[in-house]
Amino acid sequence: MAQPHRKAVLNLYKTLLYLGRDWPQGFDLFRKRLHKVFSKNSEETDPQKIQIMVKHGEFVVKEIEALYKLKKYRAMKRRYYDDN
Amino acid sequence: MSRVLVGVKRVIDYAVKIRVKPDKSGVVTDGVKHSMNPFDEIAVEEAVRMKEKKLASEVIAVSCGPSQAQETLRTALAMGADRAIHVEVAGAEYDTLQPIHVAKILAKLSQDEKADLVIVGKQAIDDDSNQTAQMTAALLDWPQGTFASKIEKTDGALTITREIDGGLEVIKTKIPAVLSADLRLNEPRYATLPNIMKAKKKPLKKVSAKDLGVDLAPRIKVVSVEDPPVRQAGSIIPDVDTLVAKLKEGGHV
Repeated sequence: MAQPHRKAVLNLYKTLLYLGRDWPQGFDLFRKRLHKVFSKNSEETDPQKIQIMVKHGEFVVKEIEALYKLKKYRAMKRRYYDDN
Repeated sequence: MSRVLVGVKRVIDYAVKIRVKPDKSGVVTDGVKHSMNPFDEIAVEEAVRMKEKKLASEVIAVSCGPSQAQETLRTALAMGADRAIHVEVAGAEYDTLQPIHVAKILAKLSQDEKADLVIVGKQAIDDDSNQTAQMTAALLDWPQGTFASKIEKTDGALTITREIDGGLEVIKTKIPAVLSADLRLNEPRYATLPNIMKAKKKPLKKVSAKDLGVDLAPRIKVVSVEDPPVRQAGSIIPDVDTLVAKLKEGGHV
């Protein structure tokens, strides 16, 4: 059976795994949760639904990147700029 | 169009809890997560943005350190630098590598590579020296714009907004110049997985400090490294009256 979204889904999984390496509570927790979410939806066959899920995944990637940036910025600000 | 040299340093990751070695000679670095100095990320981002705005023709990332410094250079390449130079300094020499040495290396490289602009982070989060930009500028006899929070190019000159105590200072410098990036200069982009992969194909040149004619003999001896004082434990108080009394005692109300 052709799986048109296979590549997109795999890419998304890889990207999220890569991002998970910096997860504050540790990579293991992140990987477990990530795997759970992906396997939960692995039976989905409706291409439209899969596309919506991939879109949501891409949104999560953006959110995680933003979270890391903000976390680092705040840490730097607290360490070097906040006098009080 | 100018060529930009960016200095990046591999430091212990900002989120890692630092442990001091029992003999007070330094901090534990073995098996500890390292990443690019956050202020250097800002410097790389600024250089890449200059290139995207066609203000710069090429961005060259430089790092001094052991072979792992190449990982940091890859991150810089993934963020958008065009090529990288790894100045290999390992072992005992790396332990005593100081800003004066890095400044000499950066100065030499910027002349060799005909760079018009050197951008570095204002300081590294490990030794907090805050000297490299200033020393590099002095060695090259170039103007310096340190703690930059805004950099604008206006016909052959740079207008730099600097973060100073209690305010901002705007200065104008000629090019070539040495700049150091402050926290608010920009928001560095995240080095994504595909870009890290692509960065592996970008050129990375390896040189040694000896090739550049830089003497790495230490000028400063680290006498002792110690933990900061431990924060005192708080206490739970039974009611509001005691709280008010305590606050009055402490002079807070």
